[in-house]
Amino acid sequence: MSADALAPVAGPQPDSAGHFGRFGGRFVPEALVAALDELDGAWRTAMADESFQAEFAALLRDYAATPSLLYEARRFSAKVGARVLLKREDLNHTGAHKVRNVLGQALLTKRMGKTRVIAETGAGQHGVATATAAALFDLECVVYMGQVDTERQALNVARMRMLGATVVPVTNGSRTLKDAMNEAMRDWVANVDETHYLIGTAAGPHPFPAMVRDFVRGIGDEARQQCLDLTGGLPDAVTACVGGGSNALGIFHAFVPDEAVRLYGFEAGGDGVATGRHAASITGGSAGVLHGTRTYVLQDADGQTLESHSISAGLDYPGVGPEHAWLHDTGRAQYLPVTDDEAMAAFELLCRTEGIIPAIESAHALAGTVGLAPKLAAELGREPTIVVNLSGRGDKDVHTAGDYFGILDKER
Amino acid sequence: MSRIGVAFDKARADGRAVLVGCMPAGFPTVEGSIAAMTAMVEAGVDVIEVEIPYSDPVMDGPVIQQASDIALAGGVRTADTMRIVEAVAATGAPVVTMTYWNPVERYGVDVFARDLAAAGGTGLITPDLIPDEADEWLAASDAHGLDRTFLVSPSSTDARLAMTVEHCRGFVYATAVMGVTGARARTSDAAPTLVSRARAVTDLPIGVGLGVGTGAQAGTVAGYADGVIVGSALVRCLLDAPTEAEGLAALRTLSAELAEGVRNPTR
Repeated sequence: MSADALAPVAGPQPDSAGHFGRFGGRFVPEALVAALDELDGAWRTAMADESFQAEFAALLRDYAATPSLLYEARRFSAKVGARVLLKREDLNHTGAHKVRNVLGQALLTKRMGKTRVIAETGAGQHGVATATAAALFDLECVVYMGQVDTERQALNVARMRMLGATVVPVTNGSRTLKDAMNEAMRDWVANVDETHYLIGTAAGPHPFPAMVRDFVRGIGDEARQQCLDLTGGLPDAVTACVGGGSNALGIFHAFVPDEAVRLYGFEAGGDGVATGRHAASITGGSAGVLHGTRTYVLQDADGQTLESHSISAGLDYPGVGPEHAWLHDTGRAQYLPVTDDEAMAAFELLCRTEGIIPAIESAHALAGTVGLAPKLAAELGREPTIVVNLSGRGDKDVHTAGDYFGILDKER
Repeated sequence: MSRIGVAFDKARADGRAVLVGCMPAGFPTVEGSIAAMTAMVEAGVDVIEVEIPYSDPVMDGPVIQQASDIALAGGVRTADTMRIVEAVAATGAPVVTMTYWNPVERYGVDVFARDLAAAGGTGLITPDLIPDEADEWLAASDAHGLDRTFLVSPSSTDARLAMTVEHCRGFVYATAVMGVTGARARTSDAAPTLVSRARAVTDLPIGVGLGVGTGAQAGTVAGYADGVIVGSALVRCLLDAPTEAEGLAALRTLSAELAEGVRNPTR
């Protein structure tokens, strides 16, 4: 391969109205359009502004502890039959890739002169990350969280409150992540002048999908260069878990123009897509409109949103970012479901072979990689090199995993 | 001119505003919602707005969301809405449908427009569809002769206001406050300004919604708008009543009070 072929090429962009093919766009109340236009302008200005870029880069380096390592997981590789390189986003401050997005959006919030941020959260990870950035930037912070989730993630509720955020339990609808997002939208409509809605993934109305992707794309930019430095070439495949899809877009984006690099997104298959109890919006859903964007959605015959199911709270969402829907339609990336059981087997394998406890979300990427490795090896006729986005650490999942494996001592 | 336009013209000639009353389809049941909407017409509501219940209604406050959840839990389908529209249109009152976009897209935009027109519906109010994304709906509404009511907001720029009303037919929906549906103690200060800004760029009648719940508030809004749109306060009559009969009685009383209000505009 020539040196030119290894130089990074700019990845795909949506049209000016935020459409990725037939997906994306804005399906929102008119009341929000002015705020979305303001955000779109601020984001485009910031992307072209060297002082913003320098400030963002310094924060990522000095505060978030990136670039994260690309670590060759030798014992895991031996079990899997591929050369597995882990992008260690689990080592970032707050324990996941999400810190990149919240720092970027918090900086923009300041630039727009707004004083208050609101966020939705499922398991609480994005809420904790938002509360962290709000503390750092001295912003008022309100986090909407489904009442069901506040009960099962009490520690994260406490974390957010320690950081100074107000946590509002949402009692509408199914009382989970999608309802928290609805409530955050309602707050935003009513308080848009002083409030920025800090969406936690690459979904929602334009410009959120492309903007969030821009803030997390460092994952792939770093991984691509680190892989070149480590192996002298590009990987055969890049894998990531997909809920809303920000960690996957973050690592995919730099590789999209590299046609020889296969991209795989692993969705939460729950009990199995055939059972209907899953969160695999692309493999088990259909095109529709949810939370301000056209994308793949879990919905019934009348277009009512269905509840999703996954052992991983961070993947438990009935939609997906519109850029993923488009990458699926174009065939540039492949999306496959991973069941709860497959994810937990890979979770255990990484714990035992590498001494790394992954987030259950990231365990879906590991499980997908376990399944992919022999197929890719057979196709290529050699051991494949696979970069896996280890998007978060598993501290938050210790209780869930302990329950799953039956290793918790009975309560006295 | 559409039947909605006729209703607005007639009211204008009488020196009053049109009263638009909103109720979710299938709340509390399909038959119950037909009875409620019929009672509203009998008590003086001029135009019925049938809201298609949706699982994720981001423009609605807790009252309409609760009613929508009850309707969905009862198994109401989009096809039932067509039956409800047909039954209520038989009273002679114009019936407009309010819906979030995904149920229409799922039903099929053109098929939806065809069925709504066949049921006697006059058009659609689309709270989360802006003209920028509405090509398919523009075509289907033209093909089936339906009105299009897009929302304008106090935050709309002059350019967006002009663009949005340009795509409207029948009437324009001005959202009185930056917020969601639900009765409020005070009516909005932003609404009169928004209505006069809209009047500068369209001859279409302008209805004002969000936050109106009493006859006095209806009179205030009737002082500057062509239509007064009431939802949550009417829905609450049914939600709060211990029996369906008492709910209908409360609904008739409030509808009559609102009808009186739009006939006594405060200027």
